[in-house]
Amino acid sequence: MIRAIRACKTAAEERTVVRKECAAIRDTINENDQDYRHRNLAKLMFIHMLGYPTHFGQMECLKLIASPGFPEKRIGYLGLMLLLDERQEVLMLVTNSLKQYPVSIRNSFCFCILAFFYSDFQTNLNHTNQYIVGLALCALGNICSAEMARDLAPEVERLLQFRDPNVRKKAALCTIRIIKKVPDLAENFINSAAGLLREKHHGVLITGVQLCTELSKVCGEALEYFRMKCTEGLVRNLKDLVNSPYSPEYDVGGITDPFLHIRLLKLLRVLGEGDADASDCMNDILAQVATKTESNKVAGNAILYECVQTIMSVEDNGGLRVLAINILGRFLSNRDNNIRYVALNMLIKAVAADAQAVQRHRATILECVKDSDASIQKRALELVYSLVNESNVKSLTKELIDYLEVSDQDFRGDLTSKICSIVAKFAPEKIWYIDQMLKVLSEAGNFVKDEVWHSVIVVISNASDLHGYTVRALYRALQTSVEQESLVRVAVWCIGEYGDILVKNVGMLDLEDPITVTESDALDVVEMTVKRHASDLTTKAMALVALLKLCSRFPSCSERIRNVIIQYKGNLLLELQQRSIEFNRIIANYQNIRSILVERMPVLDEANFVGRRDGSLPGTASTPTGPSVNLPNGVTKTSVAPLVDLLDLNSDEAPAPSSSGGDLLQDLLGVDLPSTSEQFG
Amino acid sequence: MIRFILLQNRQGKTRLAKYYVPLEDSEKHKVEYEVHRLVVNRDPKFTNFVEFRTHKIIYRRYAGLFFSLCVDITDNELAYLECIHLFVEILDHFFSNVCELDLVFNFHKVYLILDEFILAGELQETSKRAIIERMGELEKLE
Repeated sequence: MIRAIRACKTAAEERTVVRKECAAIRDTINENDQDYRHRNLAKLMFIHMLGYPTHFGQMECLKLIASPGFPEKRIGYLGLMLLLDERQEVLMLVTNSLKQYPVSIRNSFCFCILAFFYSDFQTNLNHTNQYIVGLALCALGNICSAEMARDLAPEVERLLQFRDPNVRKKAALCTIRIIKKVPDLAENFINSAAGLLREKHHGVLITGVQLCTELSKVCGEALEYFRMKCTEGLVRNLKDLVNSPYSPEYDVGGITDPFLHIRLLKLLRVLGEGDADASDCMNDILAQVATKTESNKVAGNAILYECVQTIMSVEDNGGLRVLAINILGRFLSNRDNNIRYVALNMLIKAVAADAQAVQRHRATILECVKDSDASIQKRALELVYSLVNESNVKSLTKELIDYLEVSDQDFRGDLTSKICSIVAKFAPEKIWYIDQMLKVLSEAGNFVKDEVWHSVIVVISNASDLHGYTVRALYRALQTSVEQESLVRVAVWCIGEYGDILVKNVGMLDLEDPITVTESDALDVVEMTVKRHASDLTTKAMALVALLKLCSRFPSCSERIRNVIIQYKGNLLLELQQRSIEFNRIIANYQNIRSILVERMPVLDEANFVGRRDGSLPGTASTPTGPSVNLPNGVTKTSVAPLVDLLDLNSDEAPAPSSSGGDLLQDLLGVDLPSTSEQFG
Repeated sequence: MIRFILLQNRQGKTRLAKYYVPLEDSEKHKVEYEVHRLVVNRDPKFTNFVEFRTHKIIYRRYAGLFFSLCVDITDNELAYLECIHLFVEILDHFFSNVCELDLVFNFHKVYLILDEFILAGELQETSKRAIIERMGELEKLE
């Protein structure tokens, strides 16, 4: 059959073959043919693996399990594990297939099946043939449900002492499943589990260790018990293992049974966590594992990694921690990406415990940010982020921004947001902040979130001595990176506000290159922004406001500005059209109030902005700057802080003015012209 | 704990799937599809670990076959990587020079080997010889 299915060229062909086979299997099931039952089930499993429905075969599994011969039972159990999972599902599926019967009969029928299924399980668990017991345990371990766990726990516990090691180890793993399903049962197993730790057989020992680890996790009593009674024994076990001579059976890359190593270390970690005595007891062996394990193979590194994890979580021991972090440092310079990845992962956890020790590996970590593998990049970036402090912020930010220039598109979003938050958090002085943010904006402005460029504007408006410097820097940046949307917005806003400073070169700092910008140069830039097709609505709207402002800063150019603005009076975008018409009237008809209208924005309230960004201020209605007002259309609107008003797209949202002069600006964007002119005309 | 084990070829055909947590059939198909998408296009230079929903996939490629294990986020990745290798070595010994077709035609045996190697999502036996011997005993019973 498999051959036939493989020979199929198309999916349709495959479906026909499968359908035929299924029909044939159903026929033989109906004939109740003993001899072919297991072959049919094997076929069914294959069909199931291809993703076809096979529920009609489930009863066959149960029949096979009940049959006396081993091969039949074996296939039956295999089918059971594959075709069904937890018992609820058996119940459900059996119920489904019985839909034609009335409910009462159906229930009793299900019950019969389950009872049958159970008793069969129980017989098999009590069977004298160890292979059959093994099969039953295997199935139990893989599909056991909570009810099953409760009913069969005593049997399994008895099997933990079975004479054959194969059964003991299976029983141990079954127990793990049982206590995961029903944690209450855990205490019944403590004694027998502790018994398993004295085993010499590797398979039984490793399952015993895993069982103890799981028991300690779900049951405090077990944890105490193992701590008291087994810690020394485990340490001895590990010591024997570390010093054991070469044994080909368990050897992996020159190390005897690394898997057992790892499980032992893991259990020690659970026992040592939060307990000084137990931790003391294992210090020596941890140090021995950490120093003696060969690190040129994956297996060795896996042990070292587990050992480091244990060292970091057991009670404090300075010497060991340094050793552990040095191991991680060595991992970082490994050429294998897997190893670097786990090292970074571990270092992220270690930063909380001992930031100083991790700092020493900063340079290597920075190299990892530049790796080509995305998962390494991501980890390394996170780590760098948690390493930043006041003293290293400048050098780290420089590195990151340099890397931003060459990094992948996919990675830029993450990188930018991390840089921005580092810069905002640790900036030692304003000029540095502005410098760095402008660099980020001009490199990756399209990846910057709205609140980031909003806060840049707030900071700029607060740094009154740097207005000139900033606007010139922005003007320069705009020449090269026009396609970065948020850079353009910040630049346009600043040119609008500080256009006169730009032209007159006010507040020149020593470190700047001199630059001459004429009024028409400044206008060119803004005009280009409005006209560029790629600019989005917000940017264009902001550029129109900037133009309006410039017409009072540069009175000689007002005719040119008006010509630009007027082009938008028929724009299909309502926002632009409205702004164009309003601004046109202001320029043409209200020369007397124009200069007051467009005077510079009052300094934006930094604390207020930060608070709003963090969401710590409840509602803006309660802030003194923006009382709730009645708009002409009669709807009560809640006003928002000035910055957002100016940048806000939706003019409906903006409030009507209260009385102060600065609020005239809000007015410009907010209410429509007639009401403005009424007030000032 | 291992949540599931998948063996897939490059075309995304699942050759072996073993789940240690209960999942709906449709969910299983989705998982198999997603895991295949995740691992098949990764550069061999990249790490063998990928995050998958709230867990991790540890995968390793042998010729055209991908062996993927889905494990808890706190588990030791390197150990599971070694574990995949051990499993492959066992298969290799058992079938003497295993290839994809061996796994297709003897899928029930592969499941049996797996049941001797891993049970309830945990490692059961770490000795290659012990598992091969055990399989020999089981074969004799048939």
